[in-house]
Amino acid sequence: MLSQGRTITSLLLRPASRLPLWLGRAASSQPKELMEKDELRPLYMDFQATTPMDPRVLDAMLPFQVNYYGNPHSKTHAFGWESESAMETARKQVADLIGADPREIIFTSGATESNNMAIKGVARFYKAKKRHVITTQTEHKCVLDSCRVLESEGFSITYLPVQSNGLVDLELLEASIRPDTSLLSVMTINNEIGVYQPMKEIGRICRSKGVFLHTDAAQAVGKIPLDVTDHKIDLMSISGHKLYGPKGVGALYVRRRPRVRLEPLQNGGGQERGLRSGTVPTPLAVGLGAACSIAQQEMEYDHHRVSMLANRLIQKIMSELPDVIMNGDAEQRYPGCVNLSFAYVEGESLLMALKDIALSSGSACTSASLEPSYVLRAIGTDEELAHSSIRFGIGRFTTEEEVDYTAKKCIHQVNRLREMSPLWEMVQEGIDLKSIKWSQH
Amino acid sequence: MAVVRSKVISLYKMMMTESNKFPSYNYRTYAVRRVRDAFRANSSETDPQTVERLVQEGQKTLGVIQRQVSIGKMFETQKSVVEN
Repeated sequence: MLSQGRTITSLLLRPASRLPLWLGRAASSQPKELMEKDELRPLYMDFQATTPMDPRVLDAMLPFQVNYYGNPHSKTHAFGWESESAMETARKQVADLIGADPREIIFTSGATESNNMAIKGVARFYKAKKRHVITTQTEHKCVLDSCRVLESEGFSITYLPVQSNGLVDLELLEASIRPDTSLLSVMTINNEIGVYQPMKEIGRICRSKGVFLHTDAAQAVGKIPLDVTDHKIDLMSISGHKLYGPKGVGALYVRRRPRVRLEPLQNGGGQERGLRSGTVPTPLAVGLGAACSIAQQEMEYDHHRVSMLANRLIQKIMSELPDVIMNGDAEQRYPGCVNLSFAYVEGESLLMALKDIALSSGSACTSASLEPSYVLRAIGTDEELAHSSIRFGIGRFTTEEEVDYTAKKCIHQVNRLREMSPLWEMVQEGIDLKSIKWSQH
Repeated sequence: MAVVRSKVISLYKMMMTESNKFPSYNYRTYAVRRVRDAFRANSSETDPQTVERLVQEGQKTLGVIQRQVSIGKMFETQKSVVEN
């Protein structure tokens, strides 16, 4: 605890650069400055924000960061050919993981770009006849924001509410489809509460109504079996760094039969079938490919282990602490994302108390704000409970010791914070907090 | 058969030794666990061709582990709180 406090003060007090000038910026790019040498590193329990890169992925990428630097679009020399062949192998590895054809995979910079491309691209391409897009209230910010932009362009958007378990109501979804609906965008696995939407049923409804189905599968690809043919998915966003691959790369699956057409966001050299101009970063694409191929091979092993660890965590916390609520459906979920609300405890205080565990109260993109998560509000969580929620992310590299440490620390700190809380005291005395009229002084 | 057996055992030992050299706590524990579980899962394999293929895969992975251990040592960082 103490040493953590010192980190922050030492950060503030330390002169910006202690390094001799000639070492310059290159040397200071090492993140050492943030921590003292003898300090301990927090353990990582935030696998939804990002995953560490698998050493096998780095091993596949390194040759392309060193000797094989050719532009994969250069057709006139061997440098280009070897990069192109590596890029195409990677494309096949991505395609194989989701049951697609390699020609249906477009490399992008990540899931945010893929989502923007899919939503704006499809809506704009078909705008002459179709001007309606459907999405849900629990989507990632980049989907919601892309929809807002479309709204400003004159499209009409339906933001479907979700049920209290986080899943969409299929009947409501079907009823929301209009003759001029071009696209429906639903996240496969939610990044905050881990619920797994019934993609097969949604795919069936969309196909029968002639609506394209886009899914943000950044949290799902490589974690659960997904097949674009089986699920009738027309567009799928994939992120590299959520499946133990490199940051800064992703992919968009775009169905060829029946063909989905989209207006490109980025124009230029016409790479990626003209849908995403710009040189494909070979090392990153190779990394994404390797990550996909490893994910395919390790899916069962990882899933088994992640489930075991998640159950261990939930069981330990729930058996020791009363008034802990798990957010999101209990069955239809990815086990590696555990979102718990600790009643009568302020989430931010708990996060502060658990400094030696890297946790988050929700999406990293919105973690700077103190507002409660809009995903939790959308599933109807009480304002107080939404404020007291913490997401535990478990992944391939999590160990039993880390889970036990987290559970132990968490139980201890929740008990400590509750003992200090007047609300908790009142609840223990049998006072219903809802009945209290808080007056202002 | 005995020759193959000793080859597999020595590969296993080498992979475990190398895996234990990962400076990063999470990579080290993962590598040790994954190698052990992979050998365990294939322990009843009798088809010589499959065994040969698995051994070759193992040798490739051994190379990956050795290279990644070296890289890990170049950028070593603080120990994790659970290592104490």
